[in-house]
Amino acid sequence: MATFGNLTDRLVDTFKNLRGKGKLSAADVDSTVREIRRALLDADVALEVVKDFTARVRERALGDEVSKALNPAQQVVQIVNDELTQILGGQARRIEFSKKPPTVIMLAGLQGAGKTTLAGKLAKWLAKDGHTPLLVAADLQRPNAVTQLQVVGEQAGAAVYAPEPGNGVGNPVKVAKDGVKFARDKQYDVVIVDTAGRLGVDAEMMKQASDIRRAIDPDEVFFVIDAMIGQDAVATAKAFQAGVDFTAVVLSKLDGDARGGAALSVASVTGRPIIFASTGESLDDFEPFYPDRMASRILDLGDILSLIEQAQGAFDEEETRKVAEKLATATFTLEDFLSQMQQLKNMGSIKNMLGMLPGAKGMREQLENFDESEITRTEAIIQSMTLQERRQPKVLNGSRRVRIARGSGTSVTEVNALVNRFEQAAKMMKTVARGGMPQIPGMGPIPGAPFGGGRGKVQPKKKGSRSGNPAKRAAENAGIAEAVPAALGAGFGLGASAAGGPSEEELSSLGKFFGRN
Amino acid sequence: MAARTTPWSFGGALRGLFAKPTIDEATWDDLEDALITGDFGITVTDEILAHLRAEVKRFSTTDPVDLKRMLRETLEERLSRLDPTLTLTARPAIVLVVGVNGVGKTTTIGKLSKFLVGYGRTVIVGAADTFRAAAVEQLATWAERGGAAIQRPQQQGQDPASVAFQTVERAQREGIDIVIIDTAGRLQTKSGLMDELGKIRRVIDKQAEVAEVLLVLDATTGQNGLAQAEAFIQHAGVTGLVITKLDGSAKAGFVIAVQERTGIPIKLVGQGEGIGDLTGFTPHVFVQNLIG
Repeated sequence: MATFGNLTDRLVDTFKNLRGKGKLSAADVDSTVREIRRALLDADVALEVVKDFTARVRERALGDEVSKALNPAQQVVQIVNDELTQILGGQARRIEFSKKPPTVIMLAGLQGAGKTTLAGKLAKWLAKDGHTPLLVAADLQRPNAVTQLQVVGEQAGAAVYAPEPGNGVGNPVKVAKDGVKFARDKQYDVVIVDTAGRLGVDAEMMKQASDIRRAIDPDEVFFVIDAMIGQDAVATAKAFQAGVDFTAVVLSKLDGDARGGAALSVASVTGRPIIFASTGESLDDFEPFYPDRMASRILDLGDILSLIEQAQGAFDEEETRKVAEKLATATFTLEDFLSQMQQLKNMGSIKNMLGMLPGAKGMREQLENFDESEITRTEAIIQSMTLQERRQPKVLNGSRRVRIARGSGTSVTEVNALVNRFEQAAKMMKTVARGGMPQIPGMGPIPGAPFGGGRGKVQPKKKGSRSGNPAKRAAENAGIAEAVPAALGAGFGLGASAAGGPSEEELSSLGKFFGRN
Repeated sequence: MAARTTPWSFGGALRGLFAKPTIDEATWDDLEDALITGDFGITVTDEILAHLRAEVKRFSTTDPVDLKRMLRETLEERLSRLDPTLTLTARPAIVLVVGVNGVGKTTTIGKLSKFLVGYGRTVIVGAADTFRAAAVEQLATWAERGGAAIQRPQQQGQDPASVAFQTVERAQREGIDIVIIDTAGRLQTKSGLMDELGKIRRVIDKQAEVAEVLLVLDATTGQNGLAQAEAFIQHAGVTGLVITKLDGSAKAGFVIAVQERTGIPIKLVGQGEGIGDLTGFTPHVFVQNLIG
């Protein structure tokens, strides 16, 4: 979205005006709330939700319950973040399986929301967990939806129950009912019923959906909604809630650059949690929903939020010190660096991971230009070193570097760059260990939250994660307000000049680990 | 359609507004809410409000009926700055249909071919959506309903550009009037796929000039519609917009911003799942439906 930069700038500007003030005046709060309102509306959060939301923010900002650790600007954003996360729900919800199989899941939503694709993704995901899903083709409306489900089912390795050819022929209620019975007979433990897309205002189709629901008595009804939907999200969600009463929401097409305000609207208006997010065209692009990630995405505020967390972190010094001690005693070597990088590679495409970040859409160009082979090259450089060199980079003299460059098919410049970066990182760690950088702590899962499942894998290596994965560093740059544009370049290419100095990047990703300890 | 009677309709929101005896602050607030709820976006909303406030002041009126008329005129004026006519004079006239996933490209093609066949044109559709499961079958069903010929991919996962090429070639050989090419839905953020679109366009351009590139936008889309339009214009050289699913409760207010920011006119409007539910875009009717 073209307005991305402006938006962030605007908010930062607004908050700049607030900085230095001891207490928030009503006028300050009003102007800030106005910006937040614009931000939310730009993100397609429904108006009624925005109103409600800003009213609450305003009330709290003027109230007394403000943290002393924060300056006024931070207080406001803190409140916004709190409220946002609260609406989205702190805990991700999981599918509630029926005690008596089969568990019946019904999918409903507008046309083109992505129900059929989702059915396939869900089936594959469940199958991976050892379930035996059955897809039921109850979309008899759209031309060849049945065929599509069959193809998708085949790709997902799931059975498909499709007694009717579709294209307007057949009774979806009966198909759904028979499908569940079929599953019971054949011992499938999960039944996913794909229904036709329908508009919230189409009374007849809504009735059909509720008939299907009544006929199969599903354990879960998922309302599939396009992340790109605008203000209509509320009307549609309400209509579906009244019509079929869904139990959870699935957000689709989150891989686009929509800010997904709809998520907030739907969660807030219907009180139903968001359970899954669908993030791409491949059947594997499917994941449980993370509210914290979404909160920052909607506001596109990772940077400001991180500032706040920093301030709060200052009050968490004890924890900081604990981590710092660990860092001080642990010696991080190029060997660790290498294994870090390999783990990172195992996690999949860095581009994809970066793409998941809030704010990343503004970096699209950089994302596309990001050369994954840089990592391979860095890997090659380290692998061309002897064990001694990896453990004590100090011994790397000119001739050793020439040898390494030749061995790895790179140039001495590249070897130098790598070593420099590594040394800076090491230096930074020492500073931290001495407690020299109090602003790092407690950034928690904010701006990045980049690695859904992968994060755990990196973590065990707390001592050195910060330089281990440049991608994360780069991503985290978005988390540092002033450094946004400048830092991108530096953080990205491994070979790029470390002009901005890695300290900020390093710090921010370090902070992430602090937050999680 | 049913939208007229539903409580959340835009017309409904405005009706209460204009039923009041005088224009007061609450009127402006309500109007702002109504516009935002209609997905006009905060910028366009602010512009419209500023303009209307100035007009109201200039004519020193306090009658909401005047305000309503001014609103209608403003919207109409803003929407009719561009020419919504489809240019299909070339033979064959090649129409490329693009858009993000699930907006209704295939359905639109079915309706469009029916419309054109109704005017005595011969139509061939090219199934260049070789990616999504059963997309070819879906198009085939629509083509059959619309009375158009179809060029299918010769094998699974064939390069879409080559399907497009074959379609145009066949049209030239058989003297078919109009070629409509269906493409796979793609999010504007996937540059690989956007490049693929550029390739399709380039391949066709070598055979004959592309008459129209239609970007299909879903009426329920919010402010992201602008980002979509910009990306597709850049990669595929969009010449016209198609707004679909207008029969729902969404008001598609974002099209004003899209049309103004990009200079690309809305050319067609889809309003239902029936094959006849596609009409040309007329600002007057559109605004009438919007405001009531």
